[in-house]
Amino acid sequence: MSFSRRRLLTTTAAGLGAASAGPFFIRDLRAEDFIKVAGIHDTSGGLDIYGKQMVATMDLAVNEINAAGGLLGKKIKLINYDPQSNIQFYTQYATEAATKEKVAVVHGGITSASREAIRPLLKRFNTLYFYNTPYEGGVCDRNIFCTGSTPAQTVEKLVPYVMKKWGKKVYTIAADYNYGQITAKWVKKYTQDNGGEVVQTDFFPLDVTDFGPTIKKIQAAKPDLVMSALVGAAHISFYRQWAAAGMNKQIPLASTTFGNEVVITSPEEHNGIIVAFAYLEGIDTPVNKAFVETIHGKYGIPHMTELATMTYHGVHLWADAVKKANSIDRMKVIGALEAGASYSGPAGKTTIDAKTHHTVLDVYIGEAKDKKFNVLESFSQQAPADTAAVCDLKKNPNDNKQYVIDVKT
Amino acid sequence: MSRVLPMAGNLAVLLVGLGVLFGLPAYAETYLIINATIFASFAILAVSLALIWGYAGILCFGQAAFFGLGGYTYAVAAINFGDTTGAAVLAVALPAMFAALLGYFMFWGRISDVYLGVITLTVSLILYRFVNQTAGEEWNIGQAPLGGFNGIPSTPILNWPGQPGEQLAPENIFSLAVGLLILVYFGCKALLATKFGRIVVAIRENETRVELLGYDARVYKLTIFVIGGALAGLSGLMFANSVFVSPTMFSLPVSGQIIIWVIIGGLGTLIGPVIGCIMMQVLTNWLGTLNQVPGFGWVDPNLVLGVILVVFVLLVPRGLTALVSDTYGWLAQRLRSRPPTAEPDAAAQPETAP
Amino acid sequence: MDYVIILALQICSAVASLVLISLGLAVIFGMMRVINLAHGEFLMLGGYAAITAFNKGVNLWLAMLVVAPLTVGLFGVVVERLVIRHLYGRLIDTMLATWGLSLAMIGFVTVVFGNTVSGISAPLGSLTIGAYRTGAYEVFLIFVALVLLAAGWSVLRYTRLGLIARGTMQNAGMAAALGVSPSLVYAVTFGIGAALSGLVGGLLAPLSGVVPTIGAAYIAKAFITVISGGAAILSGTAIASGLLGTINTAATFAFTPVIGEVALLIAAVILLRILPQGITGRFFRRAL
Repeated sequence: MSFSRRRLLTTTAAGLGAASAGPFFIRDLRAEDFIKVAGIHDTSGGLDIYGKQMVATMDLAVNEINAAGGLLGKKIKLINYDPQSNIQFYTQYATEAATKEKVAVVHGGITSASREAIRPLLKRFNTLYFYNTPYEGGVCDRNIFCTGSTPAQTVEKLVPYVMKKWGKKVYTIAADYNYGQITAKWVKKYTQDNGGEVVQTDFFPLDVTDFGPTIKKIQAAKPDLVMSALVGAAHISFYRQWAAAGMNKQIPLASTTFGNEVVITSPEEHNGIIVAFAYLEGIDTPVNKAFVETIHGKYGIPHMTELATMTYHGVHLWADAVKKANSIDRMKVIGALEAGASYSGPAGKTTIDAKTHHTVLDVYIGEAKDKKFNVLESFSQQAPADTAAVCDLKKNPNDNKQYVIDVKT
Repeated sequence: MSRVLPMAGNLAVLLVGLGVLFGLPAYAETYLIINATIFASFAILAVSLALIWGYAGILCFGQAAFFGLGGYTYAVAAINFGDTTGAAVLAVALPAMFAALLGYFMFWGRISDVYLGVITLTVSLILYRFVNQTAGEEWNIGQAPLGGFNGIPSTPILNWPGQPGEQLAPENIFSLAVGLLILVYFGCKALLATKFGRIVVAIRENETRVELLGYDARVYKLTIFVIGGALAGLSGLMFANSVFVSPTMFSLPVSGQIIIWVIIGGLGTLIGPVIGCIMMQVLTNWLGTLNQVPGFGWVDPNLVLGVILVVFVLLVPRGLTALVSDTYGWLAQRLRSRPPTAEPDAAAQPETAP
Repeated sequence: MDYVIILALQICSAVASLVLISLGLAVIFGMMRVINLAHGEFLMLGGYAAITAFNKGVNLWLAMLVVAPLTVGLFGVVVERLVIRHLYGRLIDTMLATWGLSLAMIGFVTVVFGNTVSGISAPLGSLTIGAYRTGAYEVFLIFVALVLLAAGWSVLRYTRLGLIARGTMQNAGMAAALGVSPSLVYAVTFGIGAALSGLVGGLLAPLSGVVPTIGAAYIAKAFITVISGGAAILSGTAIASGLLGTINTAATFAFTPVIGEVALLIAAVILLRILPQGITGRFFRRAL
């Protein structure tokens, strides 16, 4: 990213100018000419690596819709909030977006905690909500649409693939929070279903950087492969230390979380890691190639993940539903989305599942190769089976909670 | 003269407080009420540190430990009890007890200054680490899952005492938070005016001398530390009701934030930290709305906050309240000294006037 | 047998890593009674300096061992002149100012480098011990920690610079009366402390990678190690690292990484309760 001191100075000065004018803004009298849409993504703090690309794809989607004439004859106005990786601001900005700006829809939330901070608020204020991040599954609420993949969708395909390739003895290492815990359970289930065995599962708090002892423990256990559900900046150390010990040539790695890490680690460290996501940059379609080019060039984002691409899909899914409903009224739009709304874009086809408000999506298995992922195999239209086991919004439209999915092993 | 100025100040604070308490709900939009509730909860936390650091000289780097403990105690107890009244009491009592234990451990060990800071910091780190890894099912307390990194999103909202199910509306939570802030503020003022309060301040100034006068400094320090812990717990309770509890409540940035509020507002005052807290909250809140398009004129909130902190420590080390009162004193003196009457500068320094 | 060797190696590695991340902080604290809360960001900056130099075509070892310490050392001297100098004797204020500095550095590095800088892989390949493999680079870091401790000790013990440093440390007023300029000594000390942090940051970059917020992972541990060690710069840091590192690794092997971390923290709290001035406040008082 290029940078000049002058630009910093001018933006700081502009910031200060806006600061003094901030609270006294005269209300925009023509506000009615816009349909307001809010994005709440962490673009500073530890999660900014995802937040910035989600803001970029959202901006891209909104610009495309506006360039094509807008919605219902109006332009979309995107309002971005940066909660600075701090849950408290999610509460504040969601309330502000819903009650002050009266936005038609909110897209956002990266961690599950941030989603659970704003989901009840947006429901209370009757504002539609899209959550576009892969997460542990189980949210059951008619006001929210979850477009990201859930562990059953990706793990179900990845485990048999790598077991066939490498062997039946699996060692799992996972981030120590809900997502990691539940992913580890799915790994165990699918390993056993395919006739294998998980010899050990270790969990790591998100700020652990020293994996020396673990790497030695793994060597002592001698697995055929290691499944990683490590998450975040600190955990990248694992892949480096693993390679530094020469283990990447001894025991292969598979993961449902190794995504953006491909930019930060070097090819010697990540070549050969096999992953499964609902989106990979290497998807070989003209739509995706154009999309990737725009994001790399115009927005300067070096690598696209499922989070950002599903944000793009999410905005388009909502916009199409608005057109179909011919209204931004929340219940009408929900109705249109529930009527099998579908969008085909860079990640393939994404269809809303009316029962769970999750999505039926395409899952890709890919291999890390020189800072990119090559698609090895794709599985079209995978249903969110894990959430479907606990949630049926057709039968219980007033459900409003996140179920803990019981993984039977 | 000497009594009039502080009296006027207290009256002004009270009027502003009551004005916010009764005025805001009538005029403000919902998002302002929610923001104000969070600010008021944090302001109580600011007062808790202002009390133990500014008046007792105990620099606690782990005030977040009591804050988080209050929030978590409330959430876990409320989920298990059904009725929230008992949970609210526990949310203050448990941090107070924990402060008593920790305080006994530290003050009877004669640990002081930076070492005390390290111990409190370490304790809050231990709690943070512990709570952060409670995502598994083995960490359910009764019916309440601790939830690890994600916290407890289903933290129940306070209900009217004795009527579970009758939850308080956001406006009620707002009134409660602001009302508690006013009570806590004047409660601390009153406490500091008692003999106990004077001894605490004396210990800050010269511990040995106070001990030679026959007071057991440890008992006084412990008592004020426990009060500070209880207030931080109360703040955690209100925060749990306006957001929800998650491990970040225990984290280093929260502990640090409180110290920033106190230093920016003014160490050794109670109103300063409250103002510092609200100002910093408004500022960070506003910083989050700046960046509209990625990559174009990006303002990094960390950069702004860091620069503000450095500038304050270097140029305004006694905080905003001292800056204001110094400026006021200087102006008053300038105005006074214009007629050539040799009036003593009593107005400039009301504290030292007879 | 292999397992015992590998366990011992792991303990040494954990101890060495504590020594490395604490040393810069210890020098500044021991000499100047200043707690530099931007220490973690000094390490981070060292990592960025090394990686940027390497990506610009500088030899990796040169980037880590020369560019990183020089950059951060110079930065340290500037910070000392601009900020720290005004705050001597005000422990709390220096902590707050350096904390502000740490936030500003995180923000600044994010703005300049963005948040996705690709790292470098660890050099030297791997070692085989029986049925186990370990990174040769980790063993190299143990060696570096030993060299730094020995070099520090020799400088303090045998050189004129060391004499002046020790003098200023024990009694700044007396040293000034004898013609040593404390201001100069402090500036140099802060620069050396910063350079050490930069060196370590550069050396750790291949293992931990660089992100703007990586400092947070180091600062608490470094802070606790230095305070537990007490006033003696080298022996304090070494002993505290030895104790805490061993407890941490043993608990990690026996239980989980979390219990390892918590055991380290609890050990530090108990240690400070028993020895409120740190280990070298009671034992080895005359040590360096």
